[in-house]
Amino acid sequence: MMIYLLFGYFATVSILSGIFTIALKNPVHCGLSLLSLLLHVAGLFVLLNAEFLFAVQIIVYAGAILVLYLFVLMLLNLKTEEQYLHKKYPFFLFAGVAILGELLILVFQTPYGGAKGAATPEIVLQTRPSHTVGLTMFSDYLLLFEIVGVFLLGAIIGAIVLAKTPTAPTAGADRST
Amino acid sequence: MIPLSAYVALSFILFMTGLLGVLIRRNFIIVLMSVEIMLNAANINLVAFSHYLSSMAGQMAALFVIAIAAGEAAVGLAIIIVVFRGKIATNVDQINLLKW
Repeated sequence: MMIYLLFGYFATVSILSGIFTIALKNPVHCGLSLLSLLLHVAGLFVLLNAEFLFAVQIIVYAGAILVLYLFVLMLLNLKTEEQYLHKKYPFFLFAGVAILGELLILVFQTPYGGAKGAATPEIVLQTRPSHTVGLTMFSDYLLLFEIVGVFLLGAIIGAIVLAKTPTAPTAGADRST
Repeated sequence: MIPLSAYVALSFILFMTGLLGVLIRRNFIIVLMSVEIMLNAANINLVAFSHYLSSMAGQMAALFVIAIAAGEAAVGLAIIIVVFRGKIATNVDQINLLKW
């Protein structure tokens, strides 16, 4: 019973914060709703026995990526006048909601089956979820792990090269101009 | 036990929200935030299938998705800073130099 309540809470709040993220005018408010979305998705990961991903989601997503977004928002003062809805949007909204409802009915009718793996919840809980993640990552997925490391190095170098000032200011440059 | 369909439906709705944000918004940063919503929707799907099919592969894929999202955010925000500093554009639809 409790798990249903928790799932309902996390699902409802994450959908609502997703809608607020794309609908609010002020970009800072959008960033804060994105924060709420990320935290509630992290809650869903706990319900799914993925507690290492829960920690990674909060530390990396909410702690690092979102702070990066908010820094850029505050540095650039991005306030654009935009009208992002079409004039006849109620008509399109009706059609969109109808298609969404039909697809949701299809999703709920689909029987999901498939070959089960070895990591059943009992085994995972017995050897602790984070432990299992570590064992899998450094045995079966070691090559991917290294490739992601190289990828992150490339992304850091790319970001630095892009955001560097085109002409480096010299030491004695006049700052008053 | 929550049915797997509930997670799939939630992930579907979140993905559609993100896609809608990419399509209708013209503010650079909000477009990037919508991409993050889509990546999170994919993560929910991966972790839910990983739990219900008793396999660790989904969780591994979700971890790599988070790493890729971090790289994407860094490079995307650097591009936004370049575009703003050069006064090239203030909205996404004004960047059309490469338009065919």
